[in-house]
Amino acid sequence: MTVNQVSVFIENRQGRLGEVLQVLKDNDVNILSISLADTTEYGLLRLIVNKPEHAKEVLLKAGFSSMLTEVLIIKVPHVAGALQNILAEIAKANVSIEYMYGLSVESNDASIVMKTNELSEAEAVLNNIHVNTMSSKEIEAL
Amino acid sequence: MIWAKEETLSRQEMERLQLERLQETVNRVYERVPAYRAKMDACGIKPKDIKSLEDLKRLPFVTKQDLRDNYPFGLFAVPKEELLRIHASSGTTGKPTVVGYTKGDMDTWTECVSRIACAGGATPKDVAQICFGYGMFTGALGLHYGLENIGATIVPSSTGNSEKQIMYMKDFGTSLLVATPSYALRLAEVAREMGVDPKTDLNVKIGLVGSELLTDAMREEMHKCWGENMLVTSNYGMSELMGPGVSGECEYLCGMHINEDFFIPEIINPETGEVLPAGEWGELVITCIKKEALPLIRYRTKDITRLIYEPCKCGRTTVRMENLSGRSDDMLKIRGVNVFPSQIEEVVLSVEGLGPHYEIIVERDGYADKLSVRVELATATDSFKVLEAIEKTVKSKLKVMLGLDAKVILESPNTLARFEGKAKRVRDLRKEQK
Repeated sequence: MTVNQVSVFIENRQGRLGEVLQVLKDNDVNILSISLADTTEYGLLRLIVNKPEHAKEVLLKAGFSSMLTEVLIIKVPHVAGALQNILAEIAKANVSIEYMYGLSVESNDASIVMKTNELSEAEAVLNNIHVNTMSSKEIEAL
Repeated sequence: MIWAKEETLSRQEMERLQLERLQETVNRVYERVPAYRAKMDACGIKPKDIKSLEDLKRLPFVTKQDLRDNYPFGLFAVPKEELLRIHASSGTTGKPTVVGYTKGDMDTWTECVSRIACAGGATPKDVAQICFGYGMFTGALGLHYGLENIGATIVPSSTGNSEKQIMYMKDFGTSLLVATPSYALRLAEVAREMGVDPKTDLNVKIGLVGSELLTDAMREEMHKCWGENMLVTSNYGMSELMGPGVSGECEYLCGMHINEDFFIPEIINPETGEVLPAGEWGELVITCIKKEALPLIRYRTKDITRLIYEPCKCGRTTVRMENLSGRSDDMLKIRGVNVFPSQIEEVVLSVEGLGPHYEIIVERDGYADKLSVRVELATATDSFKVLEAIEKTVKSKLKVMLGLDAKVILESPNTLARFEGKAKRVRDLRKEQK
């Protein structure tokens, strides 16, 4: 099952990240995970939030270039080697990963947000090895 | 439709009329304007020496500096009591330049703008919204009187309060828009923000744009925003010469028809002042031959263009001037290369994923000039590849266009300044860094 991630373009300028966060705060959007990747001039901010559609709309209105991207949130058991086992299977199926970052919602699990262009193939691999993904509903409820 | 019979005179008839009016003007300014007499005497030329149009080139040039030196009324050829109106340029550098109009001049102005509006498709049925700033600037009132004379319904909304402008367009059924190209694009942007699609929800079918360059790319952008069927024509003028009404495009969009019975154009080499043969690019010089208050002779416009004498398909026989390629004033010299902002604009508008707004920054980096271009993203993306591709495309297109390496700075939508009048898109920081 895929989840909508909010992606926002931000210039590398003092206070710019704060402006995005202010918009989300003012609109009662709860951030569950955040990833910020940057180059020298600009960055892409990626967010898992409780209300992604709403967050995208309010950011667009505030003048930010933002969009929704489908990602997988993989529930990884909290034991050594668990992530490696999953990624090995994904690699075997020739599925390439664009980027990933962590998401922790419960004390005894560690989840991973993963972006791939081969969503259905990745989901099939995960199903085969009985690894669960989080649904939009679960995210909304957090 | 063609407004006046003078627009279709044969070359011979036109030249006869021009010579008659030129001689009359030169006589008058020599008699009445001491500054002109001094200039002509210094060149050893008398009014009686003007025997043919060929002799025009023997007369001295007039520049903006002459207007400043004679501030405010020193070059006027009529007593102040005869003036009906005074306009002035913004005067961002030094004293403003002041221009005046007699009753006769006002009639001439109205006539000239009527012709240009007519060439641009205006009819008595049009509702014309004038989004130029009313005031000392000649643009708004010039178009106002010309369009009113045609019989159009005028909405003198001026600039600013863009949401209200869109409301007027919708509620009054505006069919003709007068604005700078950049403000016209801004208005389309505001409309979309309000949930109004200019293409389907508004009835604007004619755009008379001026006071800024209209590049082909900008015209295309206008069509994208306002609809493919919009007739977008550019017109030309400057307050020193009269205001709008010197020239304007017809529906064939192949250069701006000059109102030659009022203005004689020449093209010169801007460095030597030498008159160039017909068809060559150079600086436009204009002589006013029917003006009473301020009949400038051989005024150097600083605008770069060329003249086209071949007859136009529209039926007008007047000479056309090519859409400007820039102003010699606006030209930037970057690492020894001549750069017109319009060239950069063409590149920005041609790249997918970017909005039409941009800013050019030139600064000194050690001993070298550094060119940066700020552009706005018009798409959203989650991929660095897409962002890098946009950057690279702009860079390589600029390299091809200018032969210069430039830094490209991507910005969020709505970050760069928007302009209601003439856009100021260049920041040359080298002057401050000297």
